[in-house]
Amino acid sequence: MSKPQYQLTVAGENALMLYFDQRIDPGISALVHQACALIRAELAAELIDVLPSYASVLVMFNPLRTDHFRVQAQLKLCLAQLQNNDSQSGKRVELPVYYSEESGPDLALIAQTKNISIDEVIQRHQAISYRVYAIGFAPGFAYLGEVDPLLQMPRLATPRAKVPRGAVAIADRQTAVYPAQSPGGWNLIGLCPTRMFNPEQTPAMPVSVGDEVRFVTIDKAEFLRLGGELQGAEL
Amino acid sequence: MSSFEVIAAGVLSLLQDNGRFGQSALGLTTGGAMDAPSARWANRLLGNDNNATLIECSVGGLQLRANTSSYIAVTGAELPLSINDKPAELWAVHKVQPGDVIELGMVSQGLRAYLAVAGGFAVTPQFGSVSTVLREGIGGLNGNKLQTGDLLAVQKVKQLPRLSLPQAYRPQFNRILTLRLVEGYQAERFSVTERQRFYLNSYKVTPQADRMGYKLKGAAISCQQSQLLSEGICYGAVQIPPDGQPIVLLNDRQTLGGYPKIGSVLSLDCALLAQAVAGTELYFTAISPEQAHNALCLAKVRTDAITSQLVSL
Repeated sequence: MSKPQYQLTVAGENALMLYFDQRIDPGISALVHQACALIRAELAAELIDVLPSYASVLVMFNPLRTDHFRVQAQLKLCLAQLQNNDSQSGKRVELPVYYSEESGPDLALIAQTKNISIDEVIQRHQAISYRVYAIGFAPGFAYLGEVDPLLQMPRLATPRAKVPRGAVAIADRQTAVYPAQSPGGWNLIGLCPTRMFNPEQTPAMPVSVGDEVRFVTIDKAEFLRLGGELQGAEL
Repeated sequence: MSSFEVIAAGVLSLLQDNGRFGQSALGLTTGGAMDAPSARWANRLLGNDNNATLIECSVGGLQLRANTSSYIAVTGAELPLSINDKPAELWAVHKVQPGDVIELGMVSQGLRAYLAVAGGFAVTPQFGSVSTVLREGIGGLNGNKLQTGDLLAVQKVKQLPRLSLPQAYRPQFNRILTLRLVEGYQAERFSVTERQRFYLNSYKVTPQADRMGYKLKGAAISCQQSQLLSEGICYGAVQIPPDGQPIVLLNDRQTLGGYPKIGSVLSLDCALLAQAVAGTELYFTAISPEQAHNALCLAKVRTDAITSQLVSL
């Protein structure tokens, strides 16, 4: 098996970018996950942060303790251990979702646009095991991919002023659960009672980059029992 | 409990420290004092830990009442400082007594002033830092900006020397800035012509400038690639959106972004940018990572040397 290819690029005075092949792909994401673990384990003392995304890792170091040369050399050494390995590297997490027109105001629009039933939209959304590709935009906002091509929907032309916490949403071929109430332009299909970001809890998030997520249907009673709150979205 | 009480919060007053690090994988940004060198001077003058919690007062208008005897120092933007209506010097340590009212007027040069107290304000950190990030609702007191009536706990302190930073060492918040930039990220995907356009033309700070980033206006530059997979954004990164107008991303930036970036502004210059008001003219100049490293190390050595020479009033 060939050695994984990567590229190191300067990002800033105390930051380097580690790039893999720039595409959304489970194998690439697995490399990102592996690289983060290696970097965190071997360079921890001089680093101030390590930030993974779809196909890159931003490595930030303390410039009063080390420099670009040294960090690049250390990165090359530790990245020599990278291995192409498509297998799932993170943990598996199930997230309950109350799918309905009441909790997912865009369900009907998706069904209509794609000429399928609402039930089929729901079936297709939960048939796939998603990968956590990146976390960002807001604390706890996990980008999950990839959605069934038939459910691919563009972002709303005008983002909503208020999307409730727990909203399960689709944009392009990604899906996500809003970790907090915020404005948002994704298509809403349900509500998840699991807190995606809770500062009072350790860990603060149920998922991290590299994990596998499956959505499971729950009914309204179960949603409420699990602590979900029915809050409408506002345009 | 020893404390300071907020009588008036001013335009935007936030509890800050050096920032929240090691949490970006959760989507948490760094936050922290926007003009870190000025903030550190406030702590240094008081002999505080360099990460001690202080108040970043943007634009001005903050009033506090001391409920204990302590020491304070105010650095950063130029503004009138008074204690019980008597003018007090900036960049200097002042003793305050219970009942004393500390007032920061409106800024005349620069945007953000830093008020530190001996020992630092005692605030419980969240995710390893006290830094307030309003967008996230994290840090400070319940994730909020300071509000009238807030009580800020402080420790009892021993006697402190009345140090002040000589005028010559105080930063000048000049009208025209030259921002040193370490080229990186997608720099190579900007053509030579586009890069020349970027370095030869001046830009102006627009009113769309806040703790997240400073949007600039000037010669539009284009990148051969307009969209990329979202990737990590470091402090000072200069993002070029499709309209070609650069945005310098600062302390409260989103952690990930998908626009091309030409490189990142040196942190020492980001601090000066953070003090710049709308309309400020600026230029970019490219430096190597080695020059950047040299500048950072020199700044540290210089600050340490000045600190060791400070004399009491």
